[in-house]
Amino acid sequence: MIPFNFEYYEPSTIQEAVHLFKVLDDQGKHPLYYSGGTEIITLGRINEIYTGAVIDIKNIPECSTLAIHNEKLILGCALTLSELHDSGLFPLLGETGAGVADRTSRNKITLGGNICSQIIYREAVLPLLLTDSEVRIAGPGGMQQVPINQIFNQKLQLRKGELFVQSITDTSYIHMPYTAVKKRKVSAIDYPLVTIAAIRTNSMIRLAFSGVCSFPFRSQMIEEIINRHQIPLQSRVEEAVNHLPAPILDDIKGSAAYREFVFKNTLFDTIRLVGGG
Amino acid sequence: MRDGAHVVKIELYVNREGRSVVARPADTLLHILREELGLTGAKPGCNNGDCGACTVVMDGWPMKSCIMLAVEAAGRQVTTIEGLRDTPIQRAFAEKWAFQCGYCTPGFIMNCHALIQNRPDATDEIITDWLQSNICRCTGYKEISEAVKSVLVTGKDTL
Repeated sequence: MIPFNFEYYEPSTIQEAVHLFKVLDDQGKHPLYYSGGTEIITLGRINEIYTGAVIDIKNIPECSTLAIHNEKLILGCALTLSELHDSGLFPLLGETGAGVADRTSRNKITLGGNICSQIIYREAVLPLLLTDSEVRIAGPGGMQQVPINQIFNQKLQLRKGELFVQSITDTSYIHMPYTAVKKRKVSAIDYPLVTIAAIRTNSMIRLAFSGVCSFPFRSQMIEEIINRHQIPLQSRVEEAVNHLPAPILDDIKGSAAYREFVFKNTLFDTIRLVGGG
Repeated sequence: MRDGAHVVKIELYVNREGRSVVARPADTLLHILREELGLTGAKPGCNNGDCGACTVVMDGWPMKSCIMLAVEAAGRQVTTIEGLRDTPIQRAFAEKWAFQCGYCTPGFIMNCHALIQNRPDATDEIITDWLQSNICRCTGYKEISEAVKSVLVTGKDTL
């Protein structure tokens, strides 16, 4: 049971949601946008999240958009990971999302909820980073569309009251060779030791990671190293480890040394799989 | 239901019957089903979305009722284990001995029922993916898998 009360709001427009956030925040209610809500419920139950009001955005049409328009794939933030997988419209995102939690939970976990989660893995962002997607952000100043590689730095850099509404992906990326590999410590359902998503464009392999450091990331430096095809693959992988953007995670799921071992092996396999050996 | 109150009236449709409850917006669907409606088939296990013992079917899809607010279920069709009567998967669970202590059984049956309804042609890969949503402390997974396969169109040939 969640040990505190909160108010529940169901706006039907983005403008209404953003306005509600401002009003509730001014009242000191620490509002949260609510999509799948799984993290708010589970962390709220153990007092690791508090809110006096949630703003459920599932009834806002833009948040549930699943469409291709002018060769752009538009995905609403309230689409569930199961819906994304079953649609087959963005296979890399579908498969990466299918590694999160379990199937029934993914009937509730949403794209926006995963990317904006407090839990550090946020694996659904990896395909968006690899495909230079853009995101539509609603806020008090209106709607803006921003490249995700500009606004995602460890996490989506939203200001208070801003809402991630949609992602926009050029469909030319959708059919490029890709792979997504998730390595867990033991069980089939768990957080990752290492998750790697990769695509091969006409010119190079792109790589994005979760579980290695305390945040998901795409590294142009690592991509540059991995695409030096004149150097043996094993050497490139060894060199890539030296350019991680933060210390390797060291926790109960895996020591830093073990994670590094898994990272190297998984990176090696990923590159072979996507055709860059 | 009224926006913004600490206690709200919610109109639920549970097992094809309209039910009106007064609840906190912070109450989970699992809590309301058990404590307000007396439907104790959905079981509290982890209360964290991990074990699947609380699974119900909502608008045809399995949902863990411990990670859903009751207010989110307003106006949607909720089916609990009490709403199933002599379905093929219930008969299969009995015939295949797909339970031991029984605590996980309602959740497993609701998940399997939704699988059969939505994906009657499910492959082994899909069956495994769906069944991994539930945990059986008695480890009766083989029998549960056999039960669901005995009902699925594609599963009958692989037993």
